[in-house]
Amino acid sequence: MSEKVCDCGCDRAAQFTELAPTLEQYAKVPGSLITILQKTQEIYGYLSVDAINYISECTGIMPAKIYGVATFYAQFRLKPIGKYLIMLCKGTACHVNGADMIEEAICEHLNIQDGETTEDGLFTLNNVACLGCCSLAPVMMVKSADGDETYGNLTKDSVKKVLDEIRAKA
Amino acid sequence: MRVVVGQGSCGVATGARKTAAEFEKLIKEKNLDVPVSVTGCVGTCYLEPIVDVYEDNGDMTRYVRVQPDKVEKIVDEHLAGGKPVADQAISTEDEEFVSKQQRVVLRNCGVINPEEIDEYLAVDGYKAIEKVLKSMTPDEVIEEIKVSGLRGRGGAGFPTWFKWNAAKQNKGDEKYLVCNADEGDPGAFMDRSVLEGDPHSLLEGMIIGGYAMGASEGIIYCRAEYPLAIKRLEIAMEQAREKGFLGKNIFDSGFDFDIRIKAGAGAFVCGEETALIASLEGERGMPRLKPPFPAEKGYWQKPTDINNVETLANVPWIIYNGGAAFAKFGTEKSAGTKVFALAGKIKKGGLVEVPMGMTLREVLYGIGGGIKNDREFKAVQMGGPSGGCIPASLIDTPVTYEDINKTGAIVGSGGMIVMDEDTCMVDMARYFLNFTRDESCGKCNYCRIGTKRMLEILERITEGKGEDGDIEKLEELAVKIKEGSLCGLGQTAPNPVLTTLKYFRNEYEDHIYKKKCTAHSCKALIEFNITDACKGCTLCAKNCPVDAISGSVKELHVIDHDKCIKCGKCMDHCKFNAIEKN
Repeated sequence: MSEKVCDCGCDRAAQFTELAPTLEQYAKVPGSLITILQKTQEIYGYLSVDAINYISECTGIMPAKIYGVATFYAQFRLKPIGKYLIMLCKGTACHVNGADMIEEAICEHLNIQDGETTEDGLFTLNNVACLGCCSLAPVMMVKSADGDETYGNLTKDSVKKVLDEIRAKA
Repeated sequence: MRVVVGQGSCGVATGARKTAAEFEKLIKEKNLDVPVSVTGCVGTCYLEPIVDVYEDNGDMTRYVRVQPDKVEKIVDEHLAGGKPVADQAISTEDEEFVSKQQRVVLRNCGVINPEEIDEYLAVDGYKAIEKVLKSMTPDEVIEEIKVSGLRGRGGAGFPTWFKWNAAKQNKGDEKYLVCNADEGDPGAFMDRSVLEGDPHSLLEGMIIGGYAMGASEGIIYCRAEYPLAIKRLEIAMEQAREKGFLGKNIFDSGFDFDIRIKAGAGAFVCGEETALIASLEGERGMPRLKPPFPAEKGYWQKPTDINNVETLANVPWIIYNGGAAFAKFGTEKSAGTKVFALAGKIKKGGLVEVPMGMTLREVLYGIGGGIKNDREFKAVQMGGPSGGCIPASLIDTPVTYEDINKTGAIVGSGGMIVMDEDTCMVDMARYFLNFTRDESCGKCNYCRIGTKRMLEILERITEGKGEDGDIEKLEELAVKIKEGSLCGLGQTAPNPVLTTLKYFRNEYEDHIYKKKCTAHSCKALIEFNITDACKGCTLCAKNCPVDAISGSVKELHVIDHDKCIKCGKCMDHCKFNAIEKN
């Protein structure tokens, strides 16, 4: 796959070398599109237009179809994200225990809305359906290169404290 | 002596990893010879982090809420000194949370180390598959499951033996057994607990199922939101392969079976069988018309059986102990035990496994300890977005598939979200409609557009802009969405609205006609006022973001309702409980 060069003359393969092992393993295995997209997002943080086009060339799947799959599932992002991805749980238990209040506190503290990234590129806020830690509601998970950290029993104050601590560390 | 730290997702979220690290550090510093290991979630999430100290004779002391600063005392007094620290151990009352349960699926969760196959083997692990492969025909396995009365634990409650038998009857050169681990119901987390705490029992259940229906490949479709579950499954599968429980010629029987994991990408509709199959094939997860059922034409058009995690994790126990032993629990039509996830305004949140037929009161008060802060119980939401709200007046309903269906809710996957007097039922309905509107795949018009229209009406009502006729419109749309939708998502989407309308119609009417939210939850319909308890400390005025509060030092303050944005900051900051919501 590595010798692949796209039609426009640029060398996409060179741009996506980290993706080569995944494509070698899955490009020709039917039904692997979601897995490929997951790996791509894992490496680059999001699915860029270039990445979608490159995957299309390697797999023979139309870019429109890849875009269709990418936009169907909540996990996939088409825009870059911050260093820390805040996944705020909006599940039922969290809703009953005041997740909206926590969201307000985060939005106010970081000056972003759901789906947006802070100007310094540090935080992205994503509301998610349910993290499955319902008895610790309200809950959020912060994903970063250092791993995933889950924070439970949040209050307006504790969530701000957590964000400040992360910011100080970063 | 050994130390076991509970590290399911909820334990980790409360800091169990730091607790475990602290134990390891102090044990090393003090030169003690005590190993520290991991276990899954015992289900008492409200007590996390939980640490069990096992003596050499098998006696166990359970410590609860062990934050890192509490570790040193346990290390010094118990591990080094040999004397348990009584004031940090679990109370008798909290012990009852577990002892009142009947654990079949959760039998190993919080007991064994999920990352060590030997611990699973020590509790009769993989004995059921050995029994099956050495002495049972596929038909005998299916018969045993039929005797047990096991029904699908994922939502629909379809008899498991029937599905297995259908997959067995359908001829195909290849067949697939898919485990649906895409636990999508917000408020349910029993599957996560099994995956994280006892992955081998799921694998064993799948191997047994594969043998019964003649499948040679199993696929676990697991939520991407459960990274720890995926990690532990991968470890478990690797160990099972090494021991020869997965792969070719298992127990020299000539039976081949292997399992792989496919991570879902976040779509609630993929809980529906045909949508799940589309997703497995790398497509948008959209349901299709049935028949043909997956048992005839499923994954890549081959006969496919799909079972939920909890269903499959029951199987090894049933085979090993016999179907009749399982059927002894529960009622005639709802046999066995079921795991429920208690969350919301409940004192003791967590996972409870009880025989079916226990009443809601016994579950919520007997085990769950009642309502947080001793508020009044208002309703319990069961079955997630497809289910409904059961009001306090029906608290003596037995928890069986039939009785819960009669209330308009469903057992579903077993989520129980408890609500108290502060929960607005119209807002609850709005919440679920917002969820189903987001998650509708868009294939059927009524589901795609109808849920949006219903949501708009509900939003209007909660914003104080409800109109005469709204309730009737909701009812009309509800019926049409149910009739006009292909899959379970659309067919059940109106249930939260219908059940709240059935039991809490007065709340809808209050919102629409009196512009009142009795739960004081809908922002547009509440008013903040300062009572005589005000000492004039000025804290509220200082913290008000819109300068809506006036008053001088040591004098009663007043809120200007035209300016007030109802953010509640004044209430948060008041130290004298002088702010009230009306």
